[in-house]
Amino acid sequence: MSENLLEIKDLYVSYGGIKAVKGINIEVPKGEIVTLIGANGAGKSTTLRTIAGLVKAESGSIMFKGEELIGVETNDVVSKGITLVPEGRRVFPDLTVLENLKIGAYMRTDNLDADIKWIYELFPRLEERSWQLAGTLSGGEQQMLAVGRALMSKPELIMMDEPSLGLAPIVVQGIFDIIKEINNQGVTILLIEQNANMALKAAHRGYVMETGSITMQGKGVDLLNDESVKAAYLGKKK
Amino acid sequence: MSLNVFLQHCLTGISLGGAYALIAIGYTMVYGILRLINFAHGEIFMIAGYFMIFATANFGWAVGIPVTLIATVVLGVVVERLAYKPLREAPRMSIMISAIGVSYLLQNLTTYLFTALPKPYPEIPILKQIYNIGGLSASLVTFITPILTIILVFILVYIINHTKIGMAMRAVSKDFETSRLMGIKINKVISTTFVIGSALAAVGSILYFTDRMSVTPFSGTLPGLKCFVAAVIGGIGSVPGAVVGGFIIGICETMMIALGYSTFSDAFTFVLLIIMLLFRPTGIFGEKTIDKV
Ligand SMILES: Nc1ncnc2c1ncn2[C@@H]1O[C@H](COP(=O)(O)OP(=O)(O)OP(=O)(O)O)[C@@H](O)[C@H]1O
Ligand SMILES: [Mg+2]
Repeated sequence: MSENLLEIKDLYVSYGGIKAVKGINIEVPKGEIVTLIGANGAGKSTTLRTIAGLVKAESGSIMFKGEELIGVETNDVVSKGITLVPEGRRVFPDLTVLENLKIGAYMRTDNLDADIKWIYELFPRLEERSWQLAGTLSGGEQQMLAVGRALMSKPELIMMDEPSLGLAPIVVQGIFDIIKEINNQGVTILLIEQNANMALKAAHRGYVMETGSITMQGKGVDLLNDESVKAAYLGKKK
Repeated sequence: MSLNVFLQHCLTGISLGGAYALIAIGYTMVYGILRLINFAHGEIFMIAGYFMIFATANFGWAVGIPVTLIATVVLGVVVERLAYKPLREAPRMSIMISAIGVSYLLQNLTTYLFTALPKPYPEIPILKQIYNIGGLSASLVTFITPILTIILVFILVYIINHTKIGMAMRAVSKDFETSRLMGIKINKVISTTFVIGSALAAVGSILYFTDRMSVTPFSGTLPGLKCFVAAVIGGIGSVPGAVVGGFIIGICETMMIALGYSTFSDAFTFVLLIIMLLFRPTGIFGEKTIDKV
Protein backbone atom coordinates (compact mmCIF):
# COMPACT_ATOMS: atom_id res chain seq x y z
CA MET A 1 0.00 0.00 0.00
CA SER A 2 1.65 3.22 -1.10
CA GLU A 3 1.04 6.49 0.69
CA ASN A 4 -1.35 9.07 -0.69
CA LEU A 5 0.21 12.17 -2.18
CA LEU A 6 -3.17 13.85 -2.49
CA GLU A 7 -6.29 13.10 -0.54
CA ILE A 8 -9.62 14.79 -1.17
CA LYS A 9 -12.26 14.31 1.51
CA ASP A 10 -15.91 15.27 1.33
CA LEU A 11 -15.24 18.20 -1.00
CA TYR A 12 -18.11 20.54 -1.91
CA VAL A 13 -17.78 23.33 -4.46
CA SER A 14 -20.47 25.61 -5.81
CA TYR A 15 -20.69 28.52 -8.20
CA GLY A 16 -23.18 30.95 -6.71
CA GLY A 17 -26.15 28.70 -6.11
CA ILE A 18 -25.11 25.92 -8.47
CA LYS A 19 -23.54 22.92 -6.76
CA ALA A 20 -20.82 21.66 -9.07
CA VAL A 21 -19.05 19.21 -6.74
CA LYS A 22 -21.06 17.41 -4.08
CA GLY A 23 -18.98 15.70 -1.44
CA ILE A 24 -16.38 13.77 -3.40
CA ASN A 25 -13.54 11.62 -2.05
CA ILE A 26 -10.47 11.00 -4.18
CA GLU A 27 -7.11 9.47 -3.31
CA VAL A 28 -4.03 9.90 -5.43
CA PRO A 29 -1.22 7.57 -4.32
CA LYS A 30 2.33 8.73 -4.83
CA GLY A 31 3.81 7.68 -8.14
CA GLU A 32 0.56 6.58 -9.77
CA ILE A 33 -1.56 7.75 -12.67
CA VAL A 34 -5.11 8.42 -11.52
CA THR A 35 -7.79 9.34 -14.01
CA LEU A 36 -11.08 11.11 -13.56
CA ILE A 37 -13.64 10.44 -16.26
CA GLY A 38 -17.23 11.50 -16.68
CA ALA A 39 -19.75 13.29 -18.86
CA ASN A 40 -19.64 16.98 -19.74
CA GLY A 41 -20.44 19.21 -16.81
CA ALA A 42 -19.81 16.47 -14.24
CA GLY A 43 -17.49 18.73 -12.25
CA LYS A 44 -14.11 17.30 -13.28
CA SER A 45 -12.47 20.60 -14.22
CA THR A 46 -13.97 22.22 -11.16
CA THR A 47 -12.29 19.59 -8.98
CA LEU A 48 -8.85 20.25 -10.47
CA ARG A 49 -9.33 24.01 -10.37
CA THR A 50 -10.25 23.79 -6.70
CA ILE A 51 -7.11 21.81 -5.94
CA ALA A 52 -5.09 24.49 -7.75
CA GLY A 53 -6.74 27.21 -5.67
CA LEU A 54 -8.41 28.91 -8.63
CA VAL A 55 -11.86 28.14 -7.26
CA LYS A 56 -12.79 28.36 -3.59
CA ALA A 57 -14.12 25.20 -1.96
CA GLU A 58 -17.30 25.39 0.07
CA SER A 59 -16.27 22.70 2.54
CA GLY A 60 -14.20 19.56 2.81
CA SER A 61 -10.51 19.00 2.78
CA ILE A 62 -7.71 18.60 0.24
CA MET A 63 -4.54 17.25 1.80
CA PHE A 64 -1.27 17.29 -0.11
CA LYS A 65 1.63 15.57 1.67
CA GLY A 66 -0.26 16.04 4.91
CA GLU A 67 -0.88 19.76 4.37
CA GLU A 68 -4.30 21.37 3.86
CA LEU A 69 -4.61 23.06 0.47
CA ILE A 70 -7.99 24.70 0.95
CA GLY A 71 -7.54 28.42 1.39
CA VAL A 72 -4.02 28.35 -0.05
CA GLU A 73 -3.32 30.84 -2.86
CA THR A 74 -2.61 29.40 -6.30
CA ASN A 75 1.01 30.54 -6.39
CA ASP A 76 1.63 28.81 -3.05
CA VAL A 77 -0.04 25.63 -4.31
CA VAL A 78 2.36 25.70 -7.25
CA SER A 79 5.35 26.20 -4.98
CA LYS A 80 4.30 23.13 -2.96
CA GLY A 81 4.82 21.06 -6.10
CA ILE A 82 1.46 20.87 -7.86
CA THR A 83 0.82 22.07 -11.37
CA LEU A 84 -2.22 22.13 -13.63
CA VAL A 85 -2.26 21.85 -17.39
CA PRO A 86 -5.49 23.75 -17.89
CA GLU A 87 -8.42 22.83 -20.09
CA GLY A 88 -7.92 24.30 -23.56
CA ARG A 89 -4.10 24.50 -23.34
CA ARG A 90 -3.93 28.20 -22.53
CA VAL A 91 -0.37 28.78 -23.75
CA PHE A 92 0.64 32.45 -23.80
CA PRO A 93 0.09 33.29 -27.46
CA ASP A 94 2.50 36.20 -27.80
CA LEU A 95 5.32 34.68 -25.83
CA THR A 96 7.76 32.49 -27.72
CA VAL A 97 7.88 28.74 -27.15
CA LEU A 98 11.04 29.16 -25.09
CA GLU A 99 9.49 31.96 -23.03
CA ASN A 100 6.45 29.81 -22.36
CA LEU A 101 8.76 27.14 -20.97
CA LYS A 102 10.66 29.67 -18.90
CA ILE A 103 7.50 31.13 -17.45
CA GLY A 104 6.49 27.62 -16.37
CA ALA A 105 9.54 27.78 -14.10
CA TYR A 106 8.69 31.25 -12.82
CA MET A 107 9.00 30.23 -9.16
CA ARG A 108 12.39 28.64 -9.61
CA THR A 109 15.62 30.53 -9.17
CA ASP A 110 18.05 27.77 -10.19
CA ASN A 111 19.43 27.10 -13.66
CA LEU A 112 16.84 25.94 -16.20
CA ASP A 113 19.07 24.73 -19.03
CA ALA A 114 18.97 21.04 -18.13
CA ASP A 115 15.19 21.01 -17.85
CA ILE A 116 14.67 22.91 -21.08
CA LYS A 117 16.88 20.33 -22.74
CA TRP A 118 14.81 17.55 -21.16
CA ILE A 119 11.54 19.09 -22.46
CA TYR A 120 13.05 19.41 -25.93
CA GLU A 121 13.99 15.74 -25.78
CA LEU A 122 10.43 14.85 -24.86
CA PHE A 123 9.05 17.13 -27.59
CA PRO A 124 11.59 17.63 -30.39
CA ARG A 125 8.95 19.61 -32.29
CA LEU A 126 9.14 22.34 -29.70
CA GLU A 127 12.88 22.70 -30.07
CA GLU A 128 12.53 23.37 -33.79
CA ARG A 129 10.01 26.08 -32.95
CA SER A 130 11.81 27.55 -29.98
CA TRP A 131 11.58 31.14 -31.26
CA GLN A 132 8.11 30.92 -32.73
CA LEU A 133 5.25 32.69 -30.97
CA ALA A 134 3.15 30.10 -29.18
CA GLY A 135 -0.05 31.49 -30.71
CA THR A 136 1.14 30.38 -34.14
CA LEU A 137 1.65 26.73 -33.12
CA SER A 138 -0.80 24.04 -34.19
CA GLY A 139 -3.22 22.73 -31.61
CA GLY A 140 -1.17 19.62 -30.96
CA GLU A 141 2.03 21.59 -30.62
CA GLN A 142 0.31 23.95 -28.19
CA GLN A 143 -0.74 20.96 -26.13
CA MET A 144 2.83 19.69 -26.03
CA LEU A 145 3.93 23.16 -24.97
CA ALA A 146 1.30 23.29 -22.23
CA VAL A 147 2.55 19.96 -20.85
CA GLY A 148 6.19 21.01 -21.20
CA ARG A 149 5.48 24.31 -19.52
CA ALA A 150 3.86 22.54 -16.57
CA LEU A 151 6.82 20.17 -16.23
CA MET A 152 9.20 23.12 -16.00
CA SER A 153 8.04 23.82 -12.43
CA LYS A 154 9.37 20.36 -11.47
CA PRO A 155 6.07 19.25 -9.98
CA GLU A 156 5.50 16.23 -7.78
CA LEU A 157 1.91 16.14 -8.94
CA ILE A 158 0.84 17.18 -12.42
CA MET A 159 -2.86 17.56 -13.12
CA MET A 160 -3.97 17.51 -16.74
CA ASP A 161 -7.38 18.62 -17.92
CA GLU A 162 -8.22 16.83 -21.17
CA PRO A 163 -4.78 16.93 -22.78
CA SER A 164 -5.98 14.99 -25.81
CA LEU A 165 -8.91 17.25 -26.65
CA GLY A 166 -9.15 18.01 -30.34
CA LEU A 167 -6.00 16.14 -31.31
CA ALA A 168 -5.51 13.62 -34.09
CA PRO A 169 -5.41 9.96 -32.88
CA ILE A 170 -1.71 9.62 -33.61
CA VAL A 171 -0.94 12.74 -31.58
CA VAL A 172 -3.20 11.50 -28.77
CA GLN A 173 -1.14 8.32 -28.64
CA GLY A 174 1.98 10.47 -28.42
CA ILE A 175 0.55 12.47 -25.53
CA PHE A 176 -0.29 9.27 -23.67
CA ASP A 177 3.22 7.94 -24.26
CA ILE A 178 4.58 11.12 -22.76
CA ILE A 179 2.23 10.87 -19.79
CA LYS A 180 3.54 7.36 -19.07
CA GLU A 181 7.11 8.49 -19.53
CA ILE A 182 6.69 11.41 -17.15
CA ASN A 183 5.13 9.02 -14.68
CA ASN A 184 8.06 6.62 -15.03
CA GLN A 185 10.31 9.49 -14.04
CA GLY A 186 8.49 9.64 -10.72
CA VAL A 187 5.84 12.31 -11.28
CA THR A 188 2.36 11.53 -9.96
CA ILE A 189 -0.44 12.27 -12.41
CA LEU A 190 -4.08 13.19 -12.02
CA LEU A 191 -5.67 13.08 -15.44
CA ILE A 192 -9.06 14.14 -16.76
CA GLU A 193 -9.98 12.53 -20.04
CA GLN A 194 -12.89 12.25 -22.43
CA ASN A 195 -11.00 9.43 -24.06
CA ALA A 196 -11.98 7.01 -21.30
CA ASN A 197 -10.62 3.97 -23.08
CA MET A 198 -7.06 5.23 -23.34
CA ALA A 199 -7.14 6.93 -19.97
CA LEU A 200 -8.26 3.80 -18.12
CA LYS A 201 -5.68 1.71 -19.92
CA ALA A 202 -2.90 4.09 -18.92
CA ALA A 203 -4.10 4.70 -15.36
CA HIS A 204 -3.46 2.69 -12.22
CA ARG A 205 -6.72 3.84 -10.79
CA GLY A 206 -9.85 5.56 -12.07
CA TYR A 207 -12.80 7.53 -10.77
CA VAL A 208 -16.07 8.05 -12.59
CA MET A 209 -17.80 11.31 -11.89
CA GLU A 210 -21.44 12.13 -12.59
CA THR A 211 -23.17 15.44 -11.83
CA GLY A 212 -20.85 16.34 -9.01
CA SER A 213 -20.49 12.95 -7.36
CA ILE A 214 -18.14 9.99 -7.69
CA THR A 215 -20.27 7.07 -8.82
CA MET A 216 -17.60 4.45 -9.33
CA GLN A 217 -13.97 3.88 -8.60
CA GLY A 218 -11.42 1.16 -8.94
CA LYS A 219 -8.39 -0.10 -10.77
CA GLY A 220 -8.09 1.17 -14.35
CA VAL A 221 -8.45 -2.30 -15.85
CA ASP A 222 -11.45 -3.16 -13.68
CA LEU A 223 -13.34 -0.06 -14.75
CA LEU A 224 -12.38 -0.76 -18.33
CA ASN A 225 -14.18 -4.09 -18.11
CA ASP A 226 -17.16 -2.82 -16.15
CA GLU A 227 -20.37 -3.12 -18.14
CA SER A 228 -21.92 0.18 -17.09
CA VAL A 229 -18.71 2.08 -17.77
CA LYS A 230 -18.48 0.43 -21.14
CA ALA A 231 -22.01 1.45 -21.98
CA ALA A 232 -21.72 5.02 -20.77
CA TYR A 233 -18.18 6.05 -21.66
CA LEU A 234 -16.59 3.57 -23.98
CA GLY A 235 -19.37 3.51 -26.53
CA LYS A 236 -19.42 -0.29 -26.59
CA LYS A 237 -22.27 -2.64 -25.88
CA LYS A 238 -22.03 -6.33 -25.25
CA MET B 1 7.16 80.91 -41.99
CA SER B 2 10.87 80.65 -42.53
CA LEU B 3 12.61 77.30 -42.29
CA ASN B 4 14.26 78.32 -39.07
CA VAL B 5 11.00 79.31 -37.43
CA PHE B 6 9.44 76.09 -38.68
CA LEU B 7 12.25 74.03 -37.16
CA GLN B 8 11.93 76.00 -33.96
CA HIS B 9 8.26 75.01 -33.75
CA CYS B 10 9.14 71.43 -34.58
CA LEU B 11 11.54 71.37 -31.67
CA THR B 12 8.91 72.75 -29.31
CA GLY B 13 6.42 70.21 -30.61
CA ILE B 14 8.79 67.29 -30.25
CA SER B 15 9.60 68.36 -26.74
CA LEU B 16 5.95 68.66 -25.75
CA GLY B 17 5.36 65.33 -27.46
CA GLY B 18 8.07 63.71 -25.35
CA ALA B 19 6.33 64.76 -22.14
CA TYR B 20 3.01 63.52 -23.53
CA ALA B 21 4.61 60.22 -24.51
CA LEU B 22 5.83 59.60 -20.96
CA ILE B 23 2.33 60.15 -19.60
CA ALA B 24 0.67 58.15 -22.39
CA ILE B 25 2.79 55.10 -21.48
CA GLY B 26 1.05 55.01 -18.10
CA TYR B 27 -2.36 54.78 -19.77
CA THR B 28 -1.29 52.16 -22.23
CA MET B 29 0.45 49.88 -19.71
CA VAL B 30 -2.40 49.93 -17.22
CA TYR B 31 -4.86 49.29 -20.02
CA GLY B 32 -2.70 46.46 -21.29
CA ILE B 33 -2.69 44.63 -17.98
CA LEU B 34 -6.09 45.49 -16.47
CA ARG B 35 -8.11 46.57 -19.53
CA LEU B 36 -8.75 49.70 -17.47
CA ILE B 37 -8.61 53.30 -18.62
CA ASN B 38 -7.01 54.81 -15.57
CA PHE B 39 -8.83 58.14 -15.52
CA ALA B 40 -6.91 59.10 -12.38
CA HIS B 41 -3.60 59.11 -14.27
CA GLY B 42 -3.90 62.79 -15.26
CA GLU B 43 -4.48 63.71 -11.61
CA ILE B 44 -1.45 61.68 -10.55
CA PHE B 45 0.56 63.70 -13.06
CA MET B 46 -0.89 66.93 -11.63
CA ILE B 47 -0.21 65.94 -8.01
CA ALA B 48 3.37 65.09 -9.01
CA GLY B 49 3.54 68.81 -9.82
CA TYR B 50 2.51 69.70 -6.25
CA PHE B 51 4.94 67.13 -4.83
CA MET B 52 7.73 68.89 -6.73
CA ILE B 53 6.64 72.30 -5.46
CA PHE B 54 6.69 71.23 -1.82
CA ALA B 55 9.73 68.99 -2.05
CA THR B 56 11.77 71.72 -3.73
CA ALA B 57 10.65 74.33 -1.23
CA ASN B 58 11.93 72.11 1.57
CA PHE B 59 14.97 70.37 0.15
CA GLY B 60 15.97 72.18 -3.05
CA TRP B 61 15.38 70.76 -6.52
CA ALA B 62 18.20 68.19 -6.52
CA VAL B 63 16.57 66.29 -3.67
CA GLY B 64 13.12 67.42 -4.78
CA ILE B 65 13.26 65.38 -7.99
CA PRO B 66 13.85 61.96 -6.39
CA VAL B 67 11.36 62.80 -3.62
CA THR B 68 8.78 63.66 -6.28
CA LEU B 69 9.43 60.42 -8.13
CA ILE B 70 9.06 58.30 -5.01
CA ALA B 71 5.98 60.13 -3.72
CA THR B 72 4.25 59.83 -7.11
CA VAL B 73 5.01 56.12 -7.32
CA VAL B 74 3.61 55.60 -3.82
CA LEU B 75 0.47 57.53 -4.76
CA GLY B 76 -0.04 55.50 -7.93
CA VAL B 77 0.37 52.18 -6.12
CA VAL B 78 -1.88 53.24 -3.24
CA VAL B 79 -4.63 54.24 -5.69
CA GLU B 80 -4.35 50.82 -7.33
CA ARG B 81 -4.47 48.99 -3.99
CA LEU B 82 -7.41 50.93 -2.58
CA ALA B 83 -9.56 51.63 -5.61
CA TYR B 84 -8.84 48.95 -8.22
CA LYS B 85 -7.55 45.83 -6.47
CA PRO B 86 -10.74 45.19 -4.45
CA LEU B 87 -12.61 45.20 -7.77
CA ARG B 88 -10.43 42.61 -9.50
CA GLU B 89 -13.30 40.16 -9.97
CA ALA B 90 -15.93 42.83 -10.55
CA PRO B 91 -17.26 43.76 -14.01
CA ARG B 92 -14.99 46.09 -15.95
CA MET B 93 -17.50 48.93 -15.77
CA SER B 94 -17.22 49.03 -11.96
CA ILE B 95 -13.49 49.52 -11.95
CA MET B 96 -13.79 52.14 -14.70
CA ILE B 97 -16.29 54.07 -12.57
CA SER B 98 -13.97 53.69 -9.59
CA ALA B 99 -11.21 55.28 -11.70
CA ILE B 100 -13.44 58.24 -12.56
CA GLY B 101 -14.24 58.57 -8.85
CA VAL B 102 -10.57 58.60 -7.91
CA SER B 103 -9.91 61.22 -10.57
CA TYR B 104 -12.49 63.62 -9.08
CA LEU B 105 -11.48 62.75 -5.54
CA LEU B 106 -7.85 63.67 -6.17
CA GLN B 107 -8.83 66.84 -7.99
CA ASN B 108 -11.13 67.98 -5.19
CA LEU B 109 -8.72 66.97 -2.51
CA THR B 110 -5.96 69.10 -4.05
CA THR B 111 -8.38 72.01 -4.43
CA TYR B 112 -9.32 71.65 -0.77
CA LEU B 113 -5.71 71.43 0.39
CA PHE B 114 -4.00 73.95 -1.88
CA THR B 115 -6.90 76.09 -3.26
CA ALA B 116 -7.55 76.43 -6.96
CA LEU B 117 -5.10 79.32 -7.36
CA PRO B 118 -2.09 78.54 -9.52
CA LYS B 119 1.00 77.70 -7.48
CA PRO B 120 4.33 78.72 -9.02
CA TYR B 121 6.39 75.77 -10.17
CA PRO B 122 9.99 75.74 -8.96
CA GLU B 123 12.62 76.82 -11.46
CA ILE B 124 15.39 74.36 -12.03
CA PRO B 125 18.10 76.80 -13.17
CA ILE B 126 20.03 74.31 -15.31
CA LEU B 127 16.92 73.27 -17.20
CA LYS B 128 15.88 76.85 -17.89
CA GLN B 129 19.23 77.87 -19.36
CA ILE B 130 18.96 78.91 -22.99
CA TYR B 131 21.10 77.07 -25.52
CA ASN B 132 21.77 77.71 -29.18
CA ILE B 133 22.14 74.65 -31.35
CA GLY B 134 22.38 75.04 -35.11
CA GLY B 135 20.41 78.26 -35.17
CA LEU B 136 17.73 76.89 -32.86
CA SER B 137 17.52 78.45 -29.47
CA ALA B 138 15.62 76.93 -26.60
CA SER B 139 15.93 76.16 -22.93
CA LEU B 140 17.77 72.99 -22.02
CA VAL B 141 14.54 71.26 -20.95
CA THR B 142 13.26 71.50 -24.53
CA PHE B 143 16.33 69.70 -25.85
CA ILE B 144 16.46 67.19 -23.03
CA THR B 145 12.81 66.09 -23.01
CA PRO B 146 12.76 64.10 -26.27
CA ILE B 147 16.18 62.57 -25.60
CA LEU B 148 15.24 61.54 -22.07
CA THR B 149 11.94 60.16 -23.36
CA ILE B 150 13.65 57.98 -25.94
CA ILE B 151 16.17 56.68 -23.40
CA LEU B 152 13.44 55.81 -20.89
CA VAL B 153 11.37 54.12 -23.58
CA PHE B 154 14.33 51.98 -24.63
CA ILE B 155 14.92 50.92 -21.04
CA LEU B 156 11.23 50.15 -20.62
CA VAL B 157 11.00 48.09 -23.81
CA TYR B 158 14.08 46.19 -22.72
CA ILE B 159 12.50 45.43 -19.35
CA ILE B 160 9.27 44.26 -20.96
CA ASN B 161 10.94 42.03 -23.54
CA HIS B 162 14.05 40.74 -21.82
CA THR B 163 13.52 40.44 -18.09
CA LYS B 164 11.62 37.97 -15.94
CA ILE B 165 9.25 40.60 -14.56
CA GLY B 166 8.67 41.88 -18.11
CA MET B 167 7.78 38.38 -19.24
CA ALA B 168 5.38 38.12 -16.31
CA MET B 169 3.81 41.44 -17.31
CA ARG B 170 3.22 40.18 -20.84
CA ALA B 171 1.75 36.94 -19.49
CA VAL B 172 -0.54 38.60 -16.94
CA SER B 173 -1.80 41.03 -19.56
CA LYS B 174 -3.07 38.06 -21.58
CA ASP B 175 -4.39 35.66 -18.99
CA PHE B 176 -4.68 36.20 -15.22
CA GLU B 177 -5.65 32.66 -14.40
CA THR B 178 -2.95 30.86 -16.32
CA SER B 179 -0.40 33.34 -14.97
CA ARG B 180 -1.49 32.35 -11.46
CA LEU B 181 -0.96 28.72 -12.41
CA MET B 182 2.63 29.56 -13.32
CA GLY B 183 3.12 30.72 -9.75
CA ILE B 184 3.10 34.40 -10.68
CA LYS B 185 1.80 36.74 -8.00
CA ILE B 186 -0.34 38.83 -10.26
CA ASN B 187 -0.92 41.60 -7.74
CA LYS B 188 2.81 42.15 -7.56
CA VAL B 189 3.03 42.35 -11.33
CA ILE B 190 0.11 44.79 -11.49
CA SER B 191 1.73 46.95 -8.81
CA THR B 192 4.94 46.98 -10.83
CA THR B 193 2.99 48.29 -13.79
CA PHE B 194 1.64 51.14 -11.69
CA VAL B 195 5.13 51.84 -10.34
CA ILE B 196 6.48 52.24 -13.87
CA GLY B 197 3.49 54.26 -15.12
CA SER B 198 3.58 56.64 -12.15
CA ALA B 199 7.34 57.10 -12.26
CA LEU B 200 7.16 58.04 -15.95
CA ALA B 201 4.24 60.39 -15.22
CA ALA B 202 6.39 62.07 -12.55
CA VAL B 203 9.26 62.56 -15.02
CA GLY B 204 6.77 63.84 -17.61
CA SER B 205 5.32 66.17 -15.00
CA ILE B 206 8.69 67.71 -14.16
CA LEU B 207 9.50 68.27 -17.84
CA TYR B 208 6.03 69.61 -18.64
CA PHE B 209 5.59 71.99 -15.70
CA THR B 210 9.13 73.35 -15.94
CA ASP B 211 7.95 74.82 -19.23
CA ARG B 212 4.56 75.98 -17.86
CA MET B 213 5.68 77.49 -14.58
CA SER B 214 2.52 76.93 -12.52
CA VAL B 215 0.23 74.13 -11.30
CA THR B 216 -3.47 74.14 -10.43
CA PRO B 217 -5.70 71.22 -9.38
CA PHE B 218 -7.01 71.19 -12.96
CA SER B 219 -3.63 71.13 -14.67
CA GLY B 220 -3.89 67.37 -15.09
CA THR B 221 -7.25 67.18 -16.83
CA LEU B 222 -6.48 68.29 -20.35
CA PRO B 223 -2.95 66.85 -20.62
CA GLY B 224 -4.37 63.64 -19.14
CA LEU B 225 -7.09 63.48 -21.78
CA LYS B 226 -4.65 64.29 -24.58
CA CYS B 227 -2.27 61.59 -23.48
CA PHE B 228 -5.11 59.13 -23.33
CA VAL B 229 -5.90 60.13 -26.91
CA ALA B 230 -2.22 59.67 -27.76
CA ALA B 231 -2.36 56.14 -26.34
CA VAL B 232 -5.49 55.35 -28.37
CA ILE B 233 -4.02 56.78 -31.56
CA GLY B 234 -0.86 54.73 -31.08
CA GLY B 235 -2.88 51.62 -30.32
CA ILE B 236 -3.78 51.24 -26.67
CA GLY B 237 -1.79 48.50 -24.97
CA SER B 238 1.29 49.18 -27.10
CA VAL B 239 4.21 51.07 -25.54
CA PRO B 240 5.80 52.18 -28.86
CA GLY B 241 2.30 53.20 -29.95
CA ALA B 242 1.88 55.48 -26.94
CA VAL B 243 5.23 57.10 -27.68
CA VAL B 244 4.43 57.71 -31.34
CA GLY B 245 0.96 58.94 -30.37
CA GLY B 246 2.45 61.31 -27.82
CA PHE B 247 4.80 62.84 -30.37
CA ILE B 248 2.01 63.16 -32.97
CA ILE B 249 -0.25 64.99 -30.52
CA GLY B 250 2.57 67.22 -29.25
CA ILE B 251 3.72 68.22 -32.74
CA CYS B 252 0.21 68.76 -34.12
CA GLU B 253 -0.78 70.89 -31.16
CA THR B 254 2.30 73.08 -31.43
CA MET B 255 1.87 73.51 -35.17
CA MET B 256 -1.76 74.52 -34.77
CA ILE B 257 -0.72 77.17 -32.29
CA ALA B 258 2.13 78.32 -34.55
CA LEU B 259 -0.29 78.71 -37.44
CA GLY B 260 -2.49 80.95 -35.33
CA TYR B 261 -5.24 78.45 -34.53
CA SER B 262 -4.47 78.21 -30.85
CA THR B 263 -8.18 78.29 -29.96
CA PHE B 264 -8.67 75.09 -31.93
CA SER B 265 -5.53 73.25 -30.95
CA ASP B 266 -7.20 71.26 -28.18
CA ALA B 267 -10.24 70.50 -30.29
CA PHE B 268 -7.94 69.30 -33.04
CA THR B 269 -6.56 66.58 -30.75
CA PHE B 270 -10.04 65.16 -30.39
CA VAL B 271 -10.79 65.48 -34.09
CA LEU B 272 -7.68 63.36 -34.60
CA LEU B 273 -9.09 60.84 -32.13
CA ILE B 274 -12.41 60.63 -33.95
CA ILE B 275 -10.72 60.21 -37.34
CA MET B 276 -8.55 57.47 -35.91
CA LEU B 277 -11.45 55.65 -34.31
CA LEU B 278 -13.40 55.82 -37.56
CA PHE B 279 -10.67 54.56 -39.87
CA ARG B 280 -8.38 52.48 -37.68
CA PRO B 281 -9.97 51.80 -34.32
CA THR B 282 -7.08 49.62 -33.15
CA GLY B 283 -4.63 52.51 -33.54
CA ILE B 284 -1.32 52.63 -35.38
CA PHE B 285 0.31 49.75 -33.48
CA GLY B 286 -2.93 48.12 -32.40
CA GLU B 287 -2.72 44.41 -31.89
CA LYS B 288 -4.36 42.00 -34.22
CA THR B 289 -5.38 39.30 -31.83
CA ILE B 290 -4.81 35.71 -32.81
CA ASP B 291 -7.45 33.68 -31.07
CA LYS B 292 -7.07 29.97 -31.25
CA VAL B 293 -9.64 27.77 -29.63
N1 LIG C 1 -17.32 29.79 -13.60
C1 LIG C 1 -18.47 29.10 -13.48
N2 LIG C 1 -19.60 29.73 -13.09
C2 LIG C 1 -20.76 29.05 -12.94
N3 LIG C 1 -20.89 27.75 -13.19
C3 LIG C 1 -19.82 27.06 -13.59
C4 LIG C 1 -18.55 27.71 -13.75
N4 LIG C 1 -17.65 26.78 -14.18
C5 LIG C 1 -18.33 25.61 -14.25
N5 LIG C 1 -19.62 25.78 -13.92
C6 LIG C 1 -20.65 24.72 -13.86
O1 LIG C 1 -20.20 23.70 -13.02
C7 LIG C 1 -20.50 22.43 -13.55
C8 LIG C 1 -19.24 21.59 -13.66
O2 LIG C 1 -18.37 22.16 -14.63
P1 LIG C 1 -16.93 21.58 -14.98
O3 LIG C 1 -16.27 22.53 -15.89
O4 LIG C 1 -16.25 21.23 -13.73
O5 LIG C 1 -17.33 20.26 -15.77
P2 LIG C 1 -16.42 19.20 -16.50
O6 LIG C 1 -16.70 17.89 -15.82
O7 LIG C 1 -15.03 19.64 -16.54
O8 LIG C 1 -17.05 19.17 -17.95
P3 LIG C 1 -16.35 19.01 -19.39
O9 LIG C 1 -16.09 17.58 -19.58
O10 LIG C 1 -17.38 19.52 -20.32
O11 LIG C 1 -15.10 19.85 -19.38
C9 LIG C 1 -21.19 22.68 -14.89
O12 LIG C 1 -22.58 22.56 -14.70
C10 LIG C 1 -20.83 24.10 -15.22
O13 LIG C 1 -21.86 24.73 -15.93
MG1 LIG D 1 -13.78 20.27 -18.05
